[in-house]
Amino acid sequence: MSVLVAGASLAGLSAAETLRKSGYESEIVVVDRSTTLPVDRPPLSKQILSGEWALERAVSHSHGKLDNWGLDLRLGSAASRLELDPLRVTLEDGSVLEPEGVVIATGSRPRHISDSASRLQGVHVLRDLAHTTALRSDLESSSGPVAVVGAGFIGAEVAATCRSLGHEVTMIEAAATPLVRVLPAPIGQYIAGLHRESGVDVRLGVGVADIVAGPDGHVRGVAMADGSMIEATIVVVGIGVQPNVEWLEGSGLDIANGVTCDARCVASPRVVAAGDVASWHNPRYDRRMRVEQWEHAIGQGEHAAVVLLSEMGFAGSGEVGAFDSVPWFWSDQYDRKIQMAGIPDASDEMVVVEGSIEEGRFAVLFRRGERCSAVLGVNRPRHVMQARMRLEQSLDWDGVISLFD
Amino acid sequence: MKIIVDYDLCESNAICMGIAPEVFEVRDDDLLYILQENPPEELRERCEEAARRCPKQAITVED
Repeated sequence: MSVLVAGASLAGLSAAETLRKSGYESEIVVVDRSTTLPVDRPPLSKQILSGEWALERAVSHSHGKLDNWGLDLRLGSAASRLELDPLRVTLEDGSVLEPEGVVIATGSRPRHISDSASRLQGVHVLRDLAHTTALRSDLESSSGPVAVVGAGFIGAEVAATCRSLGHEVTMIEAAATPLVRVLPAPIGQYIAGLHRESGVDVRLGVGVADIVAGPDGHVRGVAMADGSMIEATIVVVGIGVQPNVEWLEGSGLDIANGVTCDARCVASPRVVAAGDVASWHNPRYDRRMRVEQWEHAIGQGEHAAVVLLSEMGFAGSGEVGAFDSVPWFWSDQYDRKIQMAGIPDASDEMVVVEGSIEEGRFAVLFRRGERCSAVLGVNRPRHVMQARMRLEQSLDWDGVISLFD
Repeated sequence: MKIIVDYDLCESNAICMGIAPEVFEVRDDDLLYILQENPPEELRERCEEAARRCPKQAITVED
């Protein structure tokens, strides 16, 4: 008897650790396509990219713990096929496992603008340590200029790091305001302003037509949809990720946008999913969601593991309910710490409850009817966390706003 | 049980305060304060959880 964890990701390892802590003593096999040990990703776009931290700081994050959990960690051997009944997993090396439970935690990978653009020298995405070291190497050997495509959180963090290293940086966003699909416009306007104050050329409202190479095969710049050209010797593409679900084709699972799970993170009997790859129904928001955040991966991995034990009828495991989390994340840009807890909608009403946007240190609540959907703070960690704790009790607006009277 | 915080690493994300507010408090100055350096045993699980969830891995729980 064993559990197969597909993906040595933050979510996968969190699930494996939780299985052990819950008393599961049988074999836990963790497989991953990567041939290297997992790293801690948050510093990859910040301290590791800037050189402030040595590489080992990201690498060592979980290794000490890995040794203690007694895991059969098989790097470089991704799962390539899942059959549900009976439960069977085939690995790329041809071996077949018949576990009693499966954790799907295969994560996601960055989107590219095009295959041809992704192959050009000087064009980068940022997800893994190898991406960071490649970009850092280019930043050290070239003075730029740097173009960042996408003003989401990864793009904005990379832009901030490159700017702080002294490079000329242009940040390009097709939308008229950064983050406007997920947050009320004043937040994106604040972030655009923060970058402009720091000397980044922020180009909004014009899409990218193509990434252009010189005759030497090295990137020369970004051709914009309006016919203009942004010169760059380094281009970083931060236009989001796509879940790694191809290996599940033919399994019978719904993989239209990640792995479709129920509210408990169950995709099929004795098959759970966690992390970037998991699309589950969050009853707190009465909405299906897929969350690509660091802390979420830990929490959902824990939850999925406990649910899996219950699914397997593991002695001592009780009934486990829905995963009704209030997702939380942070993003460090320059000297600003942006944190958000909850799931807002771009059309929510926004109420400033601490400080002011003008002074760059503030907390806002997002309101939809009688519900508070989320809290966002800039250099206001205490207020964000207090509101998050309240949101975890209830999304009731009156209860959250009363914290700030 | 002893709580040790590496203040060179701590960035006051306040995750720990969300998990164990009896032990960790981020105040209006945005700095983390330890309310009990030697919390009672019944808080161990949550203190270890706080250490695990710290984005900067700045918290150590010693026996």
